[in-house]
Amino acid sequence: MGAINWHTFFFLLYALVACGFAVACVVSTNIVRMALCLIVSLGATSGLFFLAGADFVGAMQLMIYVGGTLVLLIFGVMLTAQGPFVSMKTGGGDWIVAVMLSGCLAAILVPATFSVVAWRSPGPVALAEGHADGSGPAALLVSKEVDHGADATEASGDGISDARPKTATPIGLGLLGARVDSLNSETPAALKPGMSGYLLPFELVSMHLLVVLVGAAYLARTKRRAKR
Amino acid sequence: MELLSQPVGVSHFLVVGAVLFISGVVCMAVKRNALGILMGIELVLNGANINFVAFSSPTLNRETAYVLGLDGQLISLFVIVLAAAEAAVALAITLNFYNNHATVDVDRADELKG
Repeated sequence: MGAINWHTFFFLLYALVACGFAVACVVSTNIVRMALCLIVSLGATSGLFFLAGADFVGAMQLMIYVGGTLVLLIFGVMLTAQGPFVSMKTGGGDWIVAVMLSGCLAAILVPATFSVVAWRSPGPVALAEGHADGSGPAALLVSKEVDHGADATEASGDGISDARPKTATPIGLGLLGARVDSLNSETPAALKPGMSGYLLPFELVSMHLLVVLVGAAYLARTKRRAKR
Repeated sequence: MELLSQPVGVSHFLVVGAVLFISGVVCMAVKRNALGILMGIELVLNGANINFVAFSSPTLNRETAYVLGLDGQLISLFVIVLAAAEAAVALAITLNFYNNHATVDVDRADELKG
């Protein structure tokens, strides 16, 4: 029995929880149970984000998605609660067609993900290249301790176990328009592709959120309830 | 165990994303409760987010040509925000429908048929 790669162990744990509770969300008939399964599944997805090195996105997933959007869904479940004997089950025929189509989709997607050889396993190439010349996407996303880790972990052959991602500041600066992770790219300073930040999408999304909030508050205002 | 000593690559993350996506699609197709359909939408968007984050990782990808870097993480942040906005609007529509019809069964939403 070889040494346990703890990154793989936690990946399997979070992946099984996420997939299992997603399937449980589909199979369940009780809307409250579906909401709870979805909360657990998205929490495990946040763990997967952390394992992939996206620490800021994982934290935002927990805060915004699980702590905001799903709480909103649960509010909706509570506000539209109907009598205890209302049954909204789908007929068997619909289930059979849905399962057949999802089986076809799975049969296409899963072999496609394993068809590209470069995706099947990580390698020290990406990490070493990123640190050899100080450029590339790995430059600022992973802290410098990985240098020592990449030398020491010859046996495992990947730098995942020692990477310490720090993405909050580059993301924050990228949203303001300064892409600090591609400062050292070797194109001339006059036209650096990829140097423009995400300031415009940031502003657009802010306006979008404002409009959505105003519209949703207007749509969901209290009106006289219809007689049952 | 042999299984636990292999490092995971991008493919494993993509499979998880695919499973979430497929379960979201089935949830959207099969559920009669409007909120169940909303939950399917959330699952679909999270499947896509897992794909983006997996490709953005410099440690998971073997070749730098496939690494999205910070772009992947920023895109997934925007997807999270847009999913929250869309969930708010869809919930407002569902509440409006419930206020008018006293049910959230989408099979009963047939007044615009034909």
